[in-house]
Amino acid sequence: MAPSKKRNVNSRNTSENVSKAAKLDLEGVVDRILESRKHANDIFDVLESLQSEKERDVVSALDACCRLFSTLLERKELFVGKLPAEDEALSGESSAEDKCRIFMRHRYNACVEILLEHLNHEQFAVKESALCCLMKFAAGQGQHPLEDLEWSEHHSFPRGIILAVVENLTSKTTDNTLLISRFQEFLEMDDVRYYVMSALRESVGKVMEKNKGTLLPVYQNNVFTLMSSISMPSQQSELTNFMVKLEDKPEDWRAAKLNNHKRAFEKMWLGFLKYKLPSNMYKKLLVILHDSILPHMSKPALMIDFLTAAYEVGGAISLLALNGLFVLIHQHNLDYPDFYKKLYNLLEPTVFHVKYRARFFHLANLFLSSSHLPLYLVAAFTKRLARLALTAPPTGLLIVLPFIYNLIRRHPSCRVLLHKPSTEDEPVEDPYLMDEEDPAQCRALESSLWEIKTLQKHYHPDVAKAAMMISTPLSEQEEDISELLELTTYELMERDLKKPQDKKSIPLEFETATQLLKGGGDVLAHHFCLVSDE
Amino acid sequence: MGKAPKKRSLADKVRKTKTNAAIKNNPFEVKINRKKFDVLGRKTKHDVGLPGVSRSKAINKRKETLLKEYKQKNKASKFVDRRLGEYDAKIAPEDKILQRFALERQRIHEKKDMYNLNEEEELTHYGQSLAEMEKFNDMVNSDDESEEKGLLSAELTASHFGGGGGGGLLRKKTSGEQQQEDGNQRAKSRQELIEELIQKSKQEKRERQVRKEEAQELTEKLDQEWKSIQALMVKKTAKAEHTDKPEEKPKLDEYDMMVRELGFEMKAQPSEKMKTPEELAKEEKEKLQKLEADRLRRMMGEEEETKAQSQTRIKTSAWNLFLSPLIFSDPFFPLVGFLFYNFIKFFFFLAPESYEDLKDLLCGHTPENQRLIVARTQKCNHPSLAVGNKLKLQKLFGFLLEYIGELALRTSPELTAVDKLLPELYALCQMSPEAAAAAVQLVLADAAHSMEEQIEVKGHAPFPTLDSLIYLKLTALLFPTSDFRHPVTTPALLYISLALTKCPVRSLQDATAGLLLCCLAVEYVSFSKRFLPELINFLTGSLHLAVRDKTSLGYTVAPPFRRAGKCSDLLVLSDPESCRSWRKKPLPLSATRCLELKSDLDRDHHRLTCLSVCLDLVKRCCLLYNDLPSFSHIFQPVGSLLSKHLSIQTIVCLLQELHREIMDAISSAPTTHRRLVFNKKKPIPLKLLTPKIVEVLDYGKKRGCTREEREKERLKHKYKKEFKGALREIRKDSRFLAREKLNEVMNRDAERKRKVKELFGSLATQEGEWKALKKRKRK
Repeated sequence: MAPSKKRNVNSRNTSENVSKAAKLDLEGVVDRILESRKHANDIFDVLESLQSEKERDVVSALDACCRLFSTLLERKELFVGKLPAEDEALSGESSAEDKCRIFMRHRYNACVEILLEHLNHEQFAVKESALCCLMKFAAGQGQHPLEDLEWSEHHSFPRGIILAVVENLTSKTTDNTLLISRFQEFLEMDDVRYYVMSALRESVGKVMEKNKGTLLPVYQNNVFTLMSSISMPSQQSELTNFMVKLEDKPEDWRAAKLNNHKRAFEKMWLGFLKYKLPSNMYKKLLVILHDSILPHMSKPALMIDFLTAAYEVGGAISLLALNGLFVLIHQHNLDYPDFYKKLYNLLEPTVFHVKYRARFFHLANLFLSSSHLPLYLVAAFTKRLARLALTAPPTGLLIVLPFIYNLIRRHPSCRVLLHKPSTEDEPVEDPYLMDEEDPAQCRALESSLWEIKTLQKHYHPDVAKAAMMISTPLSEQEEDISELLELTTYELMERDLKKPQDKKSIPLEFETATQLLKGGGDVLAHHFCLVSDE
Repeated sequence: MGKAPKKRSLADKVRKTKTNAAIKNNPFEVKINRKKFDVLGRKTKHDVGLPGVSRSKAINKRKETLLKEYKQKNKASKFVDRRLGEYDAKIAPEDKILQRFALERQRIHEKKDMYNLNEEEELTHYGQSLAEMEKFNDMVNSDDESEEKGLLSAELTASHFGGGGGGGLLRKKTSGEQQQEDGNQRAKSRQELIEELIQKSKQEKRERQVRKEEAQELTEKLDQEWKSIQALMVKKTAKAEHTDKPEEKPKLDEYDMMVRELGFEMKAQPSEKMKTPEELAKEEKEKLQKLEADRLRRMMGEEEETKAQSQTRIKTSAWNLFLSPLIFSDPFFPLVGFLFYNFIKFFFFLAPESYEDLKDLLCGHTPENQRLIVARTQKCNHPSLAVGNKLKLQKLFGFLLEYIGELALRTSPELTAVDKLLPELYALCQMSPEAAAAAVQLVLADAAHSMEEQIEVKGHAPFPTLDSLIYLKLTALLFPTSDFRHPVTTPALLYISLALTKCPVRSLQDATAGLLLCCLAVEYVSFSKRFLPELINFLTGSLHLAVRDKTSLGYTVAPPFRRAGKCSDLLVLSDPESCRSWRKKPLPLSATRCLELKSDLDRDHHRLTCLSVCLDLVKRCCLLYNDLPSFSHIFQPVGSLLSKHLSIQTIVCLLQELHREIMDAISSAPTTHRRLVFNKKKPIPLKLLTPKIVEVLDYGKKRGCTREEREKERLKHKYKKEFKGALREIRKDSRFLAREKLNEVMNRDAERKRKVKELFGSLATQEGEWKALKKRKRK
C-alpha cells in the first residue's frame, strides 16, 4: 500500500518547481503544520524535498521530518491501530479529527518508507541522518505505540521498524561498515539489541535459504560486521538501558532477561554459521570467537561442530580454531581425542610466517604446558619444531628455541634429545620421520636435536647465542616467551641499530673497496653487471 | 801493658783456633734456650746459643771501633797511613810489600824513562837520580814564570826578575849565551841595557797597535759592504738599523750563535733502511694476517677492546693521501688545460654544506671527474688542515650516500658513477668509522621502516628498490660482514632476511631483485659460513617457480612463495625450444626495476638466466653449508625438487653441469652424526677443609684487622724491638768503655807503683852502696 502512495506523492509533486521547493523554508513549514491543521497539505512539500537530488536539501528535510513526526507522535496526532486505506477513510464517515489522523499516519508511513530507502543512499551523511531519524521514530513509537497492544510479548516495542532497519543495513550490494559502526551506538540499548538479534536471525535465515547457501560476500560481511559489533552484557544487573522505558517493567518482557538475550545471541550466531563463509571472514570470525562470542552463548558447546570443522580445514584457519577449541576443552569439558595429533600436524613451515604466529605459539605453549603428556608426544613436538626451525626467520627462531627448551625443562626425560652420552661414539643417521603423521610413530625420542646445533651457526647473534645453550645443561627456570611472541624483524633490527655502542669499536672492512661488484667472493660480479652491454 | 787484656786476647785466639764444631759440641759453650712447648713446623733460629762466641765477637768489634774512637778522642790530628793496602787485612804482608814495590817502580818509570830506549835503570836517592846528583848543578826551573802573560818576552822577564844579590838576570843566562855576551857586549852597562829593553818593548807595542787598527778598518769596511748587500736581501731597513747598535761585538755573537746552532743542529738521524720489495710485501702480508686474525676473532664473537692498530694505519694512509701532490700530479690538470692555470692553482673545493651543494658540485661531470672532485674535496678538507674538517667530511659521507641512492633511482641508473665514487666512500669511511656507520645505519633503518609499514598494512611489501640494494652492497664493502655482531652489518642482514621472507615474487623483475638479494646474502655469509634459512627458502621457492607440474610435490615451499596460484609459474619456459639460442650473460643491475623483454623468446632467455643464477647460488650454498649437521635436511627440498621436478633430462644442457654438481654435493653429504652431548664441564672440586692460610709478617700478637692497621702494628713492634736492642747495645758500649777506663786507671796505677818501687829500689841500692862505701871507709 505504501509504495503506491509514494508514487502518488511523486507524481503530484513533480509538476511543481523543484528549485522553488528546495528553497522553501522547511522549518517554517513544519511550524505551520504543527500550528494548525489547515496547513496539513504542506507536508507534501517536505516529503518532496526529502527525495530531492541535493544532499543538503535531503538532510534538512530529514531533520524537518524528524521534528515534525516526533512532535506528532508525542501529541498523539497519528492514527493508532489498524490503518484503513486512505481513500476509504477519507471518503468514509468518520470524524474530521480521525480523518486528519489517518492522513497524517499515511504520511508518516510514507516518510518511513523513504527513510528506509535512504539507508542505501550514496551519501553517508544522508544515510546517517536517516538512520538517526528512524531510530528516533522507533523511540517515539515505543513511547506512544501506534499499534494496539494486544502483543503482550513485545509490549510496545516497535519491532517492525527495527526489522526494516536491520534488513536495510545488511544490504546485499553495498558495504555498510561505516553505517553499522554508527548503529553500534543504538545497540548499547538492551531492548534494541535484543530485537536486532532476533531480526538478524530471521533475515539471515531468509536470505540464505533463498540463495541456497551460496556465498554472498557483501551481505555476509555486513551481517558479520553488525553481529560482531554487538557487545553483550555479562550480568543481569547491567540490563538497565532501554529505549522503550516501561513504567511497570513487566516480568514477562523477553528483552529484559539476560537469558533471553543469550539465547537470541546464540541462535543468531548459529544461524549465521550454518552457512558457508568466505575464508577471510572465517579467519576474522575465529579471531574474535573465543573472546566475544563463546562467553556470551548460553550453551557454548553448540559451537563444537563449527570449531571441529574449522580445525579440519587446515592451515591458518586451523590455527585460529585452536583458540576456540581450547576454550571448549578447558572450560566446557570437551573431549577431543586426536587433538594433539592434529596439533602436531599443524606444525608446518608456514607456522613461522603467518600473521597469527604469536597466537599459535601462545596456545601451543598452553597446550604443551601439561605435565601429564606422554614423553613420546613431547619429544615429537620438540623434534618437529626443531626441524621446522631450519626454515624459520630469526624472529620465529627466537620464539621456538626457548619454546623447545621449556618443553625439555618440563619433561626432563626429554633431555636425551640434547644429551645421550652412552652411544656417543658411533655416528647415527637421524631416525626421525618427518612425514609420519602420528607422533607416536615418528621415532623422535631416538633422535637428537642436531638442528639446534646447526642453528649455532645462524647469522643472527641472538639466535646463535640461544642455540649455544644446548651445549650445557639447561637451567631449571623456564624462560618467558610471551614478550618474544610479538617481536617483528624490524624491531629486531632496531634493537641493533639503537643499541648505544661504544663509539670506538666499529670494526671496518680492511680490504680496500675498489669496485662496486667486487668483494665477498665476487658472487654479484659473477651474475650481474653495472650496465647491460647492449 | 797489664795482664788482663793479654789474657783475653789469648782466650780469643784460642777460641778462634778451635773449630766451629768443637765449640758447638762443647757443652760449656752451648746455651740451650728452653722452649715452653714445641710448635710444629716453626723453625727457630735461637734455640741454641753460643754466648761465649758471641760475647767475644762483640768485644772484638768494640775494640775495633769504639775503643779506637775512644783513643782518638780529644786528639786534633791523626795519623793516616796511605800506603798501599795498609788497612786491607785481606792481603798478606808479603804481597803487600811486593805490590808496593811494583807501584814505586812504575811511578819512577813513567816519570823519567818515557823516552829511555836503553832501559838502563837509574839509581835514585829520595827520588833523585844519583847520577845527576853527582853533577851538582842545581838549575832553577823557570817553568812557573812562563805562566805569566804571554806578552812578556823572555828578556823582559829576565830583566824584571833577574835583579837581586848574586842571582840576577845577566848571570842567569844559559852558558852558551853567556859566552857570546862575554865576547861582544861586555862594555854595555846595566843602564844601557835597560834603556834598550824599554825601547824594544815600546816599538813592539806600537807595531801591535798599528796592526790592530788595520784589522779594525778592514772589518769595518767588510761590515759596510755586508750591510749594502743585506739591504738588498732583506727589505726591512728597520731591522738593519737595529742591527747597527750591537755592532761592538758582532763577531763574538755570531760565533756564539754559530756554536750554539751547531750544537743544537739536528744530528742526522739514522733512518730506517730502504726496504726491498720482498720485505715490503712481507710486511704487508703480516699486517693482513693480523687483520685477518682480528676478523676471525670477531667472527667467533669474542669481544675486542682495542682498535689502536687499525687506527694508526688509517692515519698513515690518510697522510699519504694528503701528501701526494695536490694538483699537478693528477690527471685532472691536463683536462682543464693550461689556460686555466691560475684557476687551477686555487682550485680548492669547499666541503659541501648541504646535499644540494654536493649535487651542484657533481652535476654534469663524467663519472671519472666526479670521483676526482670528491677526492679533491676530501684532500682539501683533510682533518689535519683545520678544526672543523672532520665534521665536514663526515657530512660529506652522508651526502655521498644520498647521492648514490639518487643515482641508482634515476630512470637509467648511473651505476658507473656509483662505482667510481666507491673508493672515495671507502676512504671517507676509514677516516671516521663512527659517523659512517651511523649514516649507513640511518639509511638501512629508513628502508626497513618503510618496508615494515607496508607489511603492517598489507602483510607483504614490494621488493627493495635498486638504491636499497646498492646500499646493501656498499655496507658489505665498507664493513666486515663476518663479525658475530656488528652494528651495521647485522641489521643489514636482517633487512635482507625481511625482504626475502615478506616480498612476494610477482614478476620477472621481482625474481631478478630477489636473486640479487640472494647474491648479496651469499656474499654476506661467504666468509663466516653462517646459516641463513631465508636464503635457502627463497632459492627453493625460485626453483619452484620453474616447475611446470605443481602436483604431488615432495617438498614444501615457505612464504613468500605459494604452492600454486597466481604468479607461481613465473619461471616456466613458454617454449622449451627457446633454450637453444640462450647464452648466459650477466644481468644488468637495472633489471631489478625494468626489463625490456619484448618477445616471448627474450622472456624465456631471461627466465633461463634467472634459473642459472639460482642454480649457481644453490651450488654455492651447498659448498658453504657443507659442514652443518643438518645439511641433508636443509637441502632436502632442493634435492627432491631437482631430482623429481627439474630432473637433469628436462633441464637445459648448459645448466646440466650445475645441476649435477648440486646433486653430487647433496648426495655426498654425510647423513650420520654423533649424538649430542653436553659439553664436558669441569668437575666441581670437593670442599676441602684446609685452614685458611694468612701471611704472617711477624710473629707475635696480631691486632687490628685491616692491612694498614696490621702494618702499623708491625712497625710499632719492630720499632720497640729495635729501640730496646739499641739501648742494650749502648749499655754494653758504656760498660765496655767503663771497663776500658778502669783498665787504663789500673794500668796507670800499676805503672806508678812499679816506678815508685823502682825508685825505692834504686834509692835503697844507692843507700846500700853508700853505706857500704862508708863502711869500707871506716875500715
